[in-house]
Amino acid sequence: MANEMKVKELENVVIRFSGDSGDGMQLVGTLFSNLSAALGNEIITFPDYPAEIRAPHGTLSGVSGYQMQLGAKKVYTPGDKADVLIAMNPAALKVNAQFLKPDSVVIIDTDSFQAEDLERALFLTDNPFQELGLTSVQVVAAPVTQLCKKALEGIADNKQALKSRNIFALGLVCWLFNRPLEIVEKLLSEKFKKKPVVLQANLLVLRAGFDYGHNIHAAVSTYRIETIPHQKGFYIDVNGNKATAYGLIAAAERAGLSLFLGSYPITPATDIMQELAARKELGVKVMQTEDEIAGICTAIGASFAGNLAATSTSGPGLALKSEAIGLAVMAEIPLVVIDVQRAGPSTGLPTKSEQTDLMQALYGRNGESPAVVLAAISPTDCFDAAFWASKLALEHLTPVILLTDGYIANGSSAWRIPDLEEYPTIQPPYVQPEMAKDWKPYHRNPENEVRYWAIPGTEGFAHRIGGLEKDFHLSTICTDPENHQKMVEVRQAKINKIADVIPLQEVLGDEDAEVLVVGWGGTYGHLSEAVEKVRESGKKVAFSHFRFIQPLPKNAEEILKKYPKVLVVEQSLGQFAGYLRAKIDGFAPYQFNRVKGQPFVVSRLVEEINKIADE
Amino acid sequence: MFEAKDYKSPQLVRWCPGCGDYGVLNSLHKAMAQLAVAPHNIAVISGIGCSSRLPYYMNTYGFHTIHGRGAAIATGVKVANPALSVWLATGDGDCLAIGGNHFIHAVRRNVDINILLMNNKIYGLTKGQYSPTSARGFVSKSSPFGTIEDPFRPAELAFGARGRFFARTIDTDVKNTPEILVAAARHKGTSVVEVILNCVIFNDGINDSIVKQENRPDRTIFLRHGEKMIFGKNREKGLVRDGFTLKAVTIGENGYTLDDVLVHDTTLSDPFLHSQLALMDGAELPVALGVIRDVEAPAYEEEMERQIAEVQEKKPARTLKEYLMTGDVWEVK
Repeated sequence: MANEMKVKELENVVIRFSGDSGDGMQLVGTLFSNLSAALGNEIITFPDYPAEIRAPHGTLSGVSGYQMQLGAKKVYTPGDKADVLIAMNPAALKVNAQFLKPDSVVIIDTDSFQAEDLERALFLTDNPFQELGLTSVQVVAAPVTQLCKKALEGIADNKQALKSRNIFALGLVCWLFNRPLEIVEKLLSEKFKKKPVVLQANLLVLRAGFDYGHNIHAAVSTYRIETIPHQKGFYIDVNGNKATAYGLIAAAERAGLSLFLGSYPITPATDIMQELAARKELGVKVMQTEDEIAGICTAIGASFAGNLAATSTSGPGLALKSEAIGLAVMAEIPLVVIDVQRAGPSTGLPTKSEQTDLMQALYGRNGESPAVVLAAISPTDCFDAAFWASKLALEHLTPVILLTDGYIANGSSAWRIPDLEEYPTIQPPYVQPEMAKDWKPYHRNPENEVRYWAIPGTEGFAHRIGGLEKDFHLSTICTDPENHQKMVEVRQAKINKIADVIPLQEVLGDEDAEVLVVGWGGTYGHLSEAVEKVRESGKKVAFSHFRFIQPLPKNAEEILKKYPKVLVVEQSLGQFAGYLRAKIDGFAPYQFNRVKGQPFVVSRLVEEINKIADE
Repeated sequence: MFEAKDYKSPQLVRWCPGCGDYGVLNSLHKAMAQLAVAPHNIAVISGIGCSSRLPYYMNTYGFHTIHGRGAAIATGVKVANPALSVWLATGDGDCLAIGGNHFIHAVRRNVDINILLMNNKIYGLTKGQYSPTSARGFVSKSSPFGTIEDPFRPAELAFGARGRFFARTIDTDVKNTPEILVAAARHKGTSVVEVILNCVIFNDGINDSIVKQENRPDRTIFLRHGEKMIFGKNREKGLVRDGFTLKAVTIGENGYTLDDVLVHDTTLSDPFLHSQLALMDGAELPVALGVIRDVEAPAYEEEMERQIAEVQEKKPARTLKEYLMTGDVWEVK
């Protein structure tokens, strides 16, 4: 009978799962995204969860969401507004009403839309849809709780039935999207293989949800999304934090070094540490230290001892690590510092995303203390960015700060498992035995100003380094003013010369455009989509997105000066725009700055680009 | 074979003439020669302060780092390469004030590093402020009317962090210090050696009542595992149990015989007696020197290696790709 329903063939669709933070919305969101990726859809996901682990049941502050955009073509973002919302309670409906398209499908559990539930979500009437002005949405109102209990009669208790509501909703969504259940069943079997009772309950409820949709003849749209051929290979679903962890492992493998991570739990960066701590079979050494400072300091020790060493954190932790980064600058040892940016200042909005640590990464240290700064542009790019960060750190004996953010760290998409041969080699400038005679720890390769690396345990190269200024020639402690000037300049030159080895900046879109849109880091997806939309409407726009911040690619100035109008878009009050102004004489861009802790809204970006193009 | 000079760097030593740090340095050179670890397999780490200059005077690998963080950096060195012999040179301010957190956690983890805590109860490099080990009421540039806080007693802090090795020595005692440093190096796990140290400039003579040759026999006791706890000019005194406390007695007087004198056991897992010994302050009871506690426990870096080996036995993946292929993978053909 389902084929008599109206089936919408769409290029892409936005789905939002939402409920109490204990309702398992992240789980069903992940399952549905894995299922869709396995069927060949392009997919970008974004979990939006509250800071509270378990806020009071049914309240507005406890709503947890998981949004995804599926597409037949390239998908760049989790989407602005939802085509389908699964709202497990009135609070979820209220919080998400603003993210709904006018004709969207809303699935609710009527059993949790009772008077007291509405009251907890601060509704004043018994008609939440009318109260929210949602007059044109298509509602699937299912007594989910009761149906779960019925499906599990004699098999599991009511407690389990309540826990399975999310899986019922998933079954219903599978029906809505014409998805076969086999793949989800396989994923569930894997997930609950050690809990046979829970597995059985979930499989029954999944089927019940699907059949319910099939049988009610609900007069709502169902969806079919075409799939597209991907590059051949093996794929997994990966979020930015995992990709970052994998990038570090890959770099260690490529460099032939052991990987060490010293870290301290902090939202939203903790997953990097957890992923690496679980990779003991690959020989990764992870220390959860007593604080952020010990996190970086153990890493500095491990680097001195010859490991690829990294520390992972978020903004407040980066602040605590500043002094130690300065030591790595001064001692000239390789170090990767990952800052998964969150909304600040201070504790700020720990679970929300921002791009406000750029200045801290560039300049937040005492003295002239230059470090390399990179920014990952998407969840899967975190892999490449972490690989690059490690490569530059190891080959140029410098700390590298990699900026990601909460949005790409938690967002995920399908990723082809690469062969490491596809990535460049990593060759640290080790001392060679023949150097032993006259070698000093701060003797440099004049081409790139990089010193040579002698690792403890190497005979003939025992040496002392530290945070004190040293003599350019003798490498001993030195307080001579001329020497200090020279050393300050050499350390800066060493970083500047990295521009010789990083890729040139690319420009996408129209060569002869009037407007160049410039972004950096995790906003790539939203900007790409916005620029594409403006170009589809017939306007000429160029787009250049930065991954390498310090040093800038060699052609950055040329690009930024080439277009009549440049619009710098970022989730700060203009830190990148300010940095570019300082680097490029006379550069005067337009700016679009939003600091809301939320991803950009593509339609708003389109509006802004149009405005500037038409000016 | 190695000699003490093999561990001396050509760098001119620049502590104040008469500084206690010289004695520690000489003892360390001697201890290393005894241990016979090649200089290139040794890493000496330090924080900031007078004593933290020490790595520059060692012909080993050395890293003079930042204030208070030496313990964390030394931990990273040892975990990354357990084959290295790792030492931390630190002072009372570096180790117990700004670096207090790293110190207790290093001790708790029991990483195999040797901590030389040069305790002169003063900040020397910043020119004479009180430190966290300065006595209550101590007058210094930053406490012109005397301090109003109690000091840390390093042994208490180490035992509070479940320390397994604690020893104490005197800066100028170049006869006994090498032996103590050798014991610290041979202990698997974090070793803490407190050096009672004189600052000739800002705190000269504070230890005289204990360390001066004429006072030392009666005001200190040198403890050795398996030996009676005997001290005094004529080795006529001993330590005996008196209820829950210790008491110093003269052997042969008041009915006390040599049999009553306690025998030192560094290996007691219960730290109670070690704590009592370590807290003797030279007033009623003599200050304990030598190895006070030396208890076996798993060293952190060995546990790390063991766990990696255990997981590798169960999980076959050795490369990132092999690991990723074991996950939720789908193929596009």
